[in-house]
Amino acid sequence: MVLSKVIGTVVSTHKEAKIEGIKFLLLEKINPKTMKGKNDFLVAMDAVGAGPGEIVFYAAGSSSRMTDVTRGKPSDATIIAIVDSITMNNTVVYSKDRDPA
Amino acid sequence: MILAKIVGTVVSTKKNDSIDGASYRLVESCTQDGSTLGSYFVALDLLGAGPGELVLVAQGSSARQTGISKDKPIDAVIAGIVDIVEEKNKVVYQK
Repeated sequence: MVLSKVIGTVVSTHKEAKIEGIKFLLLEKINPKTMKGKNDFLVAMDAVGAGPGEIVFYAAGSSSRMTDVTRGKPSDATIIAIVDSITMNNTVVYSKDRDPA
Repeated sequence: MILAKIVGTVVSTKKNDSIDGASYRLVESCTQDGSTLGSYFVALDLLGAGPGELVLVAQGSSARQTGISKDKPIDAVIAGIVDIVEEKNKVVYQK
């Protein structure tokens, strides 16, 4: 799974019928060491109700279709968790309460 | 499988894996001698691996071939804690 920041939403009205009603979010992969964006972007389906500014991680490939939201859908990246905190080398590098979006 | 080093922990209360008591580790890809490569990802920890340990990570659909991660949206699991890596008859990593 890859850590990313939700930086926006993607809206599509003309799409494959199977993906009606699914929320798409624009993600930027982050380096947890600096918590900065890596200028590497992707669109992911949302299975947890994430919003802009939140740090999340997503599952890629066939694993992304193992949620109730995405099962049987043409998904290759699904947000499966909203991150509360990240600890690295015994230091809290991110805390949702401490570092608001 | 790839070799990675445990560098931290990622905590989430709002998640979609329906795995109780699952813990997620932040890992950094490594070479066979344990030198880190600067590329980080999150993996489900099945073994209780500790900080600094070199581990084996199964990725992709193979990550779902365990009792805990079966049919779950998981694309990386820590499948083993490495004790020794031997390369050309030389021990290049030892726990």
